[in-house]
Amino acid sequence: MSGPAVGLIGYGAYLPSYRLGGDSGVRGRRVVASFDEDATTMAVEAARAALGTEPTSLWWASTSPPYLDKTNAAAVHAALRLPSAVPAADLIGSARSTFAGIRAARETGGLVVAADVRVGKPGSLDERTGGDGAAATRPPVSLDERTGGDGAAAVHFGAGEAIADVLGVAGETLELLDRWRDPHRTTGEQWEERFGFERYADVVRSVAARLLEEAGLAAADHVVVTSGNPGVTKRAGSLVTGTLSSTTSPIGFSGAADPLLGLAAVLDVAGPGETVLVLSATDGCDGLLLRTTAHLSARRSTRPVAAQLEGALPVPYPTYLSWRGLLERELPRRPEPDRPAGPPSARAAEWKFGFAGSRCTECGFLHLPPLRVCRACSAVDAMETVSGAELSGSVATFTVDRLAFSPSPPVVDVVVDFAGGGRTTLEVADADPDGIAVGSQVELVFRRLFTAGNVHNYFWKARVR
Amino acid sequence: MASKGIKDAVAIVGMGCTRFGERWDSSTDDLLIEAVGECLTSAGVARDDVDAYWLGTLNSGQSGLALSRPLGLDYKPVTRVENYCATGSESFRNACYAVASGAYDRVMAVGVEKLKDSGFSGLLRADPPSDGTAAELSLTAPAAFSLLDPAYTSKYGVDPRAMREAMTHVAWKNHVNGAQNPKAQFRKEVSRETIDGAPRVAGRLGIFDCSGVSDGAAAALVVRAEDAYDYTDRPIFVKALSLASGPMRGGLDPDYDFTSFPEVVHTATDAYAQAGITDPRSELSMAEVHDCFTPTELVLMEDLGFADRGQAWKDALGGDFDAAGRLPVNIDGGLKSFGHPVGASGLRMLYEAWLQLRGEADQRQLADPRLALTHNLGGRPGGCVSFVSVVGNERG
Repeated sequence: MSGPAVGLIGYGAYLPSYRLGGDSGVRGRRVVASFDEDATTMAVEAARAALGTEPTSLWWASTSPPYLDKTNAAAVHAALRLPSAVPAADLIGSARSTFAGIRAARETGGLVVAADVRVGKPGSLDERTGGDGAAATRPPVSLDERTGGDGAAAVHFGAGEAIADVLGVAGETLELLDRWRDPHRTTGEQWEERFGFERYADVVRSVAARLLEEAGLAAADHVVVTSGNPGVTKRAGSLVTGTLSSTTSPIGFSGAADPLLGLAAVLDVAGPGETVLVLSATDGCDGLLLRTTAHLSARRSTRPVAAQLEGALPVPYPTYLSWRGLLERELPRRPEPDRPAGPPSARAAEWKFGFAGSRCTECGFLHLPPLRVCRACSAVDAMETVSGAELSGSVATFTVDRLAFSPSPPVVDVVVDFAGGGRTTLEVADADPDGIAVGSQVELVFRRLFTAGNVHNYFWKARVR
Repeated sequence: MASKGIKDAVAIVGMGCTRFGERWDSSTDDLLIEAVGECLTSAGVARDDVDAYWLGTLNSGQSGLALSRPLGLDYKPVTRVENYCATGSESFRNACYAVASGAYDRVMAVGVEKLKDSGFSGLLRADPPSDGTAAELSLTAPAAFSLLDPAYTSKYGVDPRAMREAMTHVAWKNHVNGAQNPKAQFRKEVSRETIDGAPRVAGRLGIFDCSGVSDGAAAALVVRAEDAYDYTDRPIFVKALSLASGPMRGGLDPDYDFTSFPEVVHTATDAYAQAGITDPRSELSMAEVHDCFTPTELVLMEDLGFADRGQAWKDALGGDFDAAGRLPVNIDGGLKSFGHPVGASGLRMLYEAWLQLRGEADQRQLADPRLALTHNLGGRPGGCVSFVSVVGNERG
C-alpha cells in the first residue's frame, strides 16, 4: 500500500422510525422502513450521518436494489452532492457485498454505505396466536418478516485523522445452500438453520483466529458476529468472544447493512484504543479488525443506534403489508401520478436529488427550487447555487390531503419557511396527521415520493423534529 | 401602469347556459350545441351571423376544432383558450377585445367542460413531463386551498371553531341560493350540521366545502355597445375586464402568509379603476366570485374589498353576503352549488349577472341591480391567475 495510511474516519447509522405493531404478532421491535423508504433513501441518511469530508469513492451495497441496470449509488452520490469525479458503484446481491466495498475502500479510501429493506412472507395466524407450548406444531417462521430489520449504515475510510485504525481484513468462502432468493421475488428461502450453523461455525472461528494472530492479539475487546443464519447469531457470543462485549445485529438480520449496523453500535460506545472485530457469516465469513483511536469519542455519530431504536412509531400490520406490496388496498379515486421524466430530472438533479437552491447575488433572496429570474428583485441569471439539505425550518401552514394519490394516504403537506430565508412546500415523512401545527420545526430527509411507470420518484420531504 | 380598459365599448346581447351537473347522457359536443343554441336564440341571431368564436376549455378538447366540428362551422375563426379555472372568463375577455378592436361585429365566447367522464374525483391536470418534485403535482386543489384556514386563524387570532362556522355558513348560503336555481347542480338546502359533519377531504375541508364537480357549457354573444340595442332592449355593458397572472412568489417567499391572493387584489384594483368604481361595497349590486372552496370565498371578500382584513369571517356569519345581505355573493349558488365545469364557470358567472341585470332571475331576482362583478380564479394560494369583470345594465 502506498500513500498515507487509510483508516476509518467516520461512520453513521440510520434506522427507520416504524416498528411492526402489536397486531402483527411479532414480539420485540421489528424495525420497518416506511413506504417511502428504500435501500437508496436509507443509504443517503446513513451517509449524511457518516460524512465529515468528501469521500474519494462511493460503494453502495444492498440485497434489495431499487433498480437494476441503473446504478443506485448514483442517486446517493447526487443526494450527497458529491463531485462527478468521485466514482460510485453498486455492490448487489448478498450481505457479502458490503465487505467487497470495505476491501476496496480501506485500500483507496471511500465511503461504504449498505442499506436494505428485508421482506419476508407474511406470518401465519397460527404463529401469531400460538404460544411457546405450541412450538412443536408451529409452521415455519418467516425469518425476514419476524426477525429481520430494515436499516442502513455507512463507514468512511480515508487518509484523515482516523477514529479507528484498520488492523486487518480477511475472508473465507463456502458454497452453501443456506439462504437464497429468486431474483424475481421479494421474499427468499432458507435451509434448516442448524445445517448452515455447523458449516459457518468453522469459518467464523477460522477468520477470527487469522485476524487476531496477524495482529498479535489473543482476543478482541469487542466482537460483533452477524449472519442471515439465526443459528449463528443465537450463538454469536460463544462462537468468538470479546473481552469487553460480544454482540450481534442490533435490529435482527438487515442484509447488507447488518455488519455495518453491528459495527456502528459498538463504535457508539467503545473506548479509545480498544479493538473491534466484525465477523459477517454469509456464504463463508468476512472479518474486519479495527483499533479505535483517541479521536473516536469526539466524533461519534450524533444519532447512536441505541437512541434510534427508541421512540418508534407502530405501524398496523395491514398497513405494513400494503407498504410491501403484499396486500392491495383501495386507492383514492384519483389518477396515478405521471412518472418523472428523464431529461427534466437530469436538468434539475441538483434540486431533485441534492435539494440545492439558488440565491440571488443582487438581493440575497433564496429560491427553493432554484430559479433564473429573482422573485424578489427580478435580476436575471445572478444566482449562486446553495445547498439546502441541512437546513431546518418551521411550518408556515399545512394540510392533510385525504384525496391525493399516495402509496400510503393521507398525504400531509407543509409549507416550510427555512431558517435564514427560503420557503418551499413539501410532503411530510413519517407523518402523524395530528402532530403538525403552524410553527412545528422540521428537518429534511431524502425519500421516494412514489413509483410510477417503474421509475422511482426520489425527492426530499420534511420530517417533524 | 394598469390596463386602459374598454369601458362601455362592448355589450353582451345574448347568453346561453346549460344545466350544470352529472350530465351522463350528454357529450361535450352536446353541451356545446345546447349552450351555443340557447345563446343564438337569446340574441335572435343566426349561427352564420357570428363572425368569430373563442372557446374556453381546460381539458375537454383541443384547438378551435373542438367547437367548429360539433357545430359544423364553415371556416370561421375559432380560437381555443385555456387559463386554468379562469378559462371561461378568458374566452369572454378575448371575445370582447376582438369586437372592441373593430375586427369583428359579432363574436361569441363559449366555455365548456366535461369532468364527469374521467371516473376520478376532482379536477385532473395534464402536466408536461417534469422532474416530479413540484408539490402542485401531488397536492390536490382542496388541500392547496385548505392551507388558507390555519394561516388565517393563526394570523388574525380567530378561534378555529368560529372559522369553521364561517366556512359552514358560506356552504350553507350557496346551497340555499342554488336551491332556487333550476340550472344548478345541487338544488337542495343543506343543514349546517350536515356540512359541518361531512367527511374531511383535506385539512378541515369536508365534501360540502368543495365546489361541485360537473359537466356544463355557457356562451355569450358580444357586439359593439352602440349596436347593442339592435339586438335587445336590455343589453349589459362591459365596464371592466382585468386579468393578472402571478409570479408564483408566494410558494417561495416567507413574507407571503396564505391569507390573501395578491393577484385578486391587483385585478380588483384595476377593474374598479376601469369601471370608475370608488366604493365597491356600495356601488356593486351583486358579486359572483370564485368560491371553489369555502375559505376561498372568505378570503376573496377581503381581497375584493368587500370586507376589512381579518373581518370577512365575521361579516359572512353576520349574513352580509347572503341573498338579503348588504352585498349578495353567489346568488346563483356559485361554484359550490351551481357546479364548476371549469371552462364554463367564468361565463356562468356572467350568465347570472345577465339574468339579474335584465330582471330575469325569477325567484332569486334581486331588487333593481345595476352593477355586477364577476371574479374567476385559476391556480392556488401562492400562485394563480385572477380575472375580474364589472358589467352593468346602463351605458355611461
